[in-house]
Amino acid sequence: MSESFAPRIPTPLEKTPLDALHRALGARMTPFAGYELPLHYPAGVVAEHIHTREKASLFDVSHMGQAILGGRGAAEQIESLVPAAIADLHTERTRYSQLLAEDGGVLDDLMITRLPGRDERLLLIVNAAAKQQDFALLRQQLPQLALSVLTGRALIALQGPRAAAALATVLQELEDMPFMGWRAAEFRGAGLFVSRSGYTGEDGFEISVPNHLAEPLAEALLGHPDVAPAGLAARDSLRLEAGLCLYGHDLDATTDPIEAGLAWSIGKRRREQGGFPGYERIRAALAHGPARLRVGLLPEGRAPLREGAALAAPDGRIIGRITSGGYSPTLSRPIAMGYVESGFATPGVTLESRLRDKPVAVEVTSLPFVPHRFFRGPAGKDRS
Amino acid sequence: MSGERYTKDHDFLRVEGDIAIVGITDFAQSQLGDIVFVELPAPGKRVAKGEQLATIESVKAASEIYAPISGEVVAINDRLESSPDLVNKEPLGEGWLLTLRVADAAELEELMDEDAYRAFLESEG
Repeated sequence: MSESFAPRIPTPLEKTPLDALHRALGARMTPFAGYELPLHYPAGVVAEHIHTREKASLFDVSHMGQAILGGRGAAEQIESLVPAAIADLHTERTRYSQLLAEDGGVLDDLMITRLPGRDERLLLIVNAAAKQQDFALLRQQLPQLALSVLTGRALIALQGPRAAAALATVLQELEDMPFMGWRAAEFRGAGLFVSRSGYTGEDGFEISVPNHLAEPLAEALLGHPDVAPAGLAARDSLRLEAGLCLYGHDLDATTDPIEAGLAWSIGKRRREQGGFPGYERIRAALAHGPARLRVGLLPEGRAPLREGAALAAPDGRIIGRITSGGYSPTLSRPIAMGYVESGFATPGVTLESRLRDKPVAVEVTSLPFVPHRFFRGPAGKDRS
Repeated sequence: MSGERYTKDHDFLRVEGDIAIVGITDFAQSQLGDIVFVELPAPGKRVAKGEQLATIESVKAASEIYAPISGEVVAINDRLESSPDLVNKEPLGEGWLLTLRVADAAELEELMDEDAYRAFLESEG
């Protein structure tokens, strides 16, 4: 075995408020974005993955950044940094967007919720590895607004078709929440923020909870017979099947939202009016199509192709690269995502990659690999 | 010589005459996690100790297996093609990887026996 089995821990890693619970549950811990987090539990990544698709899993995502951006005109002003329509976002609704660099490259992706109350406030959930940089950018670019980083709160994701039923046994009156909806809730006298969202392609919730109540809440949810813990490895295979971008892999400062297939997250008004970084590049990409596109990829055979593998056209020219690759427990086969020149971004096109110096045929396919099963509401209403 | 031998890379060898059955230890499979693909060499291939011999793909990553001794690949475990998870379930049994014809019996002497391997695991842990 070439892999070192003794993990080298370079700097002191932060622990989440659920650290003791992870260890009690037998988690194999791993360093991730400056935190020590569960990679998987004794059931293993495939079992955790399948359990999430069939029932419900609890993920600790406390490493992600949580902050409230408040002040008059906050929703309108954040539009100077992101391409989503936030000014017209309803109270208690969440939108997915991206913080953009001047050239339209993605600095981070994030969730933005308009909070209820007299004051104008936005709740932001950002990626762990980018959070310091994101918060510095927000403070620098929007100095007239107040940014409060919520360091005293953990974040728990409950994901899967049984998530709503399991959550209902712990918190009341949340089952009718729409997808991308948000509610305040109460647990043992403390305020929770509950968002009907997640990153697995399943129905589910992300629950922001004060640190001291994170473990009791997690234990209450795990007490439900359909809920099991799941780690980062299953979170990654689930989001890959769901065709969702992982920042730092499928999205980064060299990627614009259009080539990443995220045009859906940019509202009509914003496309027409602009007023966000990189508007010229994004307008041109919307009008003429981007030079490259993110696609799904199906490698032939059983061996997974991994991030970084080059993709060649039939004439041998390199026309793309894999940005996420692994094994799909739902489909029992290798799957991948990556960027290819737009002329090759058509389902059914066959490309060639190499694995340990052997050629592997790779078929371009549409995303997601596994259909999303978000909760559209009792009347089947779509996100607003 | 007969009996089981172990390497510091967490491979095991079960030696019968001049044939060694090669696999990975239970510790190794538990560290790799769910195994989804095993790439094995063609029978007849000759390898020197330390040369790349096989690749084990788990859900998350690929891990190379290096030849624990020099020799010639005699047979590979065909069942791993359709059931790579046998390595997780029975690493020392049905989840064996391949057999090698031992080229140099002296190389076996450098490997650990079960007691030594246990002590090695504890010292690493």
